Amino acid sequence: LLTTRKLDTDYTVETPEAIDLNTQLGGPVARILAYAIDLSIRSAILLALLITLVLLGKTGLGFFFLISFLFEWFYPLFFEIYFQGQTPGKKFLGLKVVNEDLTPVTFSASALRNLLRSVDFLPFGYLFGIACMAINRNFQRLGDLAASTLVVHVENTPTRFNLPEVKSQIPTTSLSLRDQIAFTEFSQRQAGLSEQRKHELANLLTDFNPEIKGKNLDYILGIGCWLLGKRS
Amino acid sequence: VNQQEFESQNRPLWRALEDSLENPDRNSDNFPRNFRKLCHQLALAKSRSYSLLLVDELNSLALRCHHKLYQKNRNSPDKWLHFLVYGFPNALRRNSIFLIISATLFAGPLFSIGLACYMNDEFIYSVSSPIEVNNYESMYNPANEKFGRERESDSDIFMFGFYIKNNIGISFRMFAGGLLFGLGSAFFLVYNGILIGAVSGHLAQVGYGETFFPFVISHGAFELTALVFSGAAGLRLGYALLSPGKLRRIDALQAAGRDAIQIIYGSTLMLLIAAFLEAFWSASGTVPVWLKYLGGSCLWLLVFYYCAYAGRRNGP
Repeated sequence: LLTTRKLDTDYTVETPEAIDLNTQLGGPVARILAYAIDLSIRSAILLALLITLVLLGKTGLGFFFLISFLFEWFYPLFFEIYFQGQTPGKKFLGLKVVNEDLTPVTFSASALRNLLRSVDFLPFGYLFGIACMAINRNFQRLGDLAASTLVVHVENTPTRFNLPEVKSQIPTTSLSLRDQIAFTEFSQRQAGLSEQRKHELANLLTDFNPEIKGKNLDYILGIGCWLLGKRS
Repeated sequence: VNQQEFESQNRPLWRALEDSLENPDRNSDNFPRNFRKLCHQLALAKSRSYSLLLVDELNSLALRCHHKLYQKNRNSPDKWLHFLVYGFPNALRRNSIFLIISATLFAGPLFSIGLACYMNDEFIYSVSSPIEVNNYESMYNPANEKFGRERESDSDIFMFGFYIKNNIGISFRMFAGGLLFGLGSAFFLVYNGILIGAVSGHLAQVGYGETFFPFVISHGAFELTALVFSGAAGLRLGYALLSPGKLRRIDALQAAGRDAIQIIYGSTLMLLIAAFLEAFWSASGTVPVWLKYLGGSCLWLLVFYYCAYAGRRNGP
């Protein structure tokens, strides 16, 4: 149906089971926000540490150097490995880092993408990284390209609605596949729609198929139910 | 089979999969088999044009199962040992051409500027400011009790932290700079070569060699070589971009990245050792000078022997 690649955030990968898995890529805005959250968390912790450790004199300062080094280079790596590809900022925005084949990010890939972060940062404020994300169709920064990783949205299970309590109606004409999909989708989603919107959409459906002109909403929902297999 | 029948027939299977995703501890032998069934059902649901809601739901479930089934972070306990004995030295020897280039870019300026500073007592001022020179001189003045980059290094922990942050940071940037067609790595190699050469040459010139060389010889074995290794790893990335061979540039870069990161693991470990030595051994005033020379020479030999011969059984 939709074989040509469209300008979209869809990302599809074929698995060893020979099926196409589909997911949504995380765009620059969400990623920048996630980074901003991480940066604030890191800075706040480091500032608090600096204030306490300075009181311990030079030894304290030595520990501060150690910890700030770890925070600078290993904060993302730690969370990506031990928290399913999610730093706190990414978790807040529902993003996660995965390999290009949508498997959990490996240690080496995570290490590589985070070491190369310092090039994405150049010349200032992640300009290279953002430019690279803008050019690249999968929103990968340079580190992502080298490590073959992606940032995707965490898949959320779509909400399920119950079918409407209406009598099933056998359609009187043969419906094309597209028409059938329109009816079944409408019946499945109607519980999430307001009464006015339902009528509005039902009117669209009557224009779409003149055979059901003048029929009421329940009749149209009934056809959808019948197509979905409800027989009462 | 219409959609409702399809759903009611297969929902128990989907529940079971959801269940094993939510309770990862529970051992379920059926998981891979159930997952393959789910994949089959997802393909069916798509080809039969079942509603998008159902397809989305199955896709999302399949995605989560896929994520669980194909874990690549297997941790065997001897992985690190294997890396140290075979992985790291073999990775170095695979990339020996980059090691040679990197070492030349680093040692060339180091020795030439070092010699220039040794011959001419004013040459140091063309690479360093008078304040810095004064600072270096006071660090290694033989009149001090302890030597190091900081005159009052009253706390070894402080210096340890500082060396870690400074040196490993430089090493990481040196590697990452390779992504700019190798230019970043080359720049950091030459820059650090000049800096280290100038300071060494100048300190030898003013007659502080007796404190400076015993200080640097031990940790230098790990620190200088590790910097050269990081530079080589960066050059490896840059070369993949410049000359990808028969691969696409992106594929060449990814292959180079997988190889180069091995070198970075090793060089990071070496810099950790170097920082430890630098803070707790090199700076120590109680260890006699001859012992520092002896120990330092042994460490250099050890590092070269390791890089040249360790793990030959399993690689180049």
